[in-house]
Amino acid sequence: MLELISGSLTLAGALLALLAGVGVLRMPDVLTRMQASTKASTLGLGCLLVGLVLRHPDLPFVTRALSIGAFMMLTTAVSAHVIARAATLSGAPLWKGTTDERPGPCRLRPRTTTCCTW
Amino acid sequence: MGSSVHDIALAMLALGAILAFGRLVRGPTLPDRVIAIDLIGVLIVCTLVVVASDAGGALFLDVAIFIALISFVGTVAYAHYLERER
Repeated sequence: MLELISGSLTLAGALLALLAGVGVLRMPDVLTRMQASTKASTLGLGCLLVGLVLRHPDLPFVTRALSIGAFMMLTTAVSAHVIARAATLSGAPLWKGTTDERPGPCRLRPRTTTCCTW
Repeated sequence: MGSSVHDIALAMLALGAILAFGRLVRGPTLPDRVIAIDLIGVLIVCTLVVVASDAGGALFLDVAIFIALISFVGTVAYAHYLERER
């Protein structure tokens, strides 16, 4: 029974990682690619780690799995934020459906003024 | 079960890495390529977790921790370089 749960969690984690790859290849924009990669790969790695711990419930595996999980949960969010900030500041092109709902001139595309009326 | 499940999982992770490599080749801007490299690092960590679960060696997880650390530092350094460059 435990083997079955571990195997299905491993398959689910690998499927989520594959979906992260599909999202990075198919999404139209830097920011959407970044969020697809970050969220799907973090959840997939979590599923894989839980499957690993259920298959090997020993102390070396549990401690290393916990440290990998905590480290990736922290650093994936930080690196995604840093990449998104760098992409926005360097003026990467946005998807045509992206809107800025704040009043005043559009801050997402500084060179145009009528970009917010999609 | 056991081995076949891990083989299928490894095939899925390899396919995901191939797709990320396609974005690394195609990516129009430099942040796209940085995202693809970051995702490839995470997929290497996932692959090492699956290998450790299959072969039963905790040493693979040490390698996974080290690769995650190097990948994070590389991503942050690349983003810093992108912000400095503009």
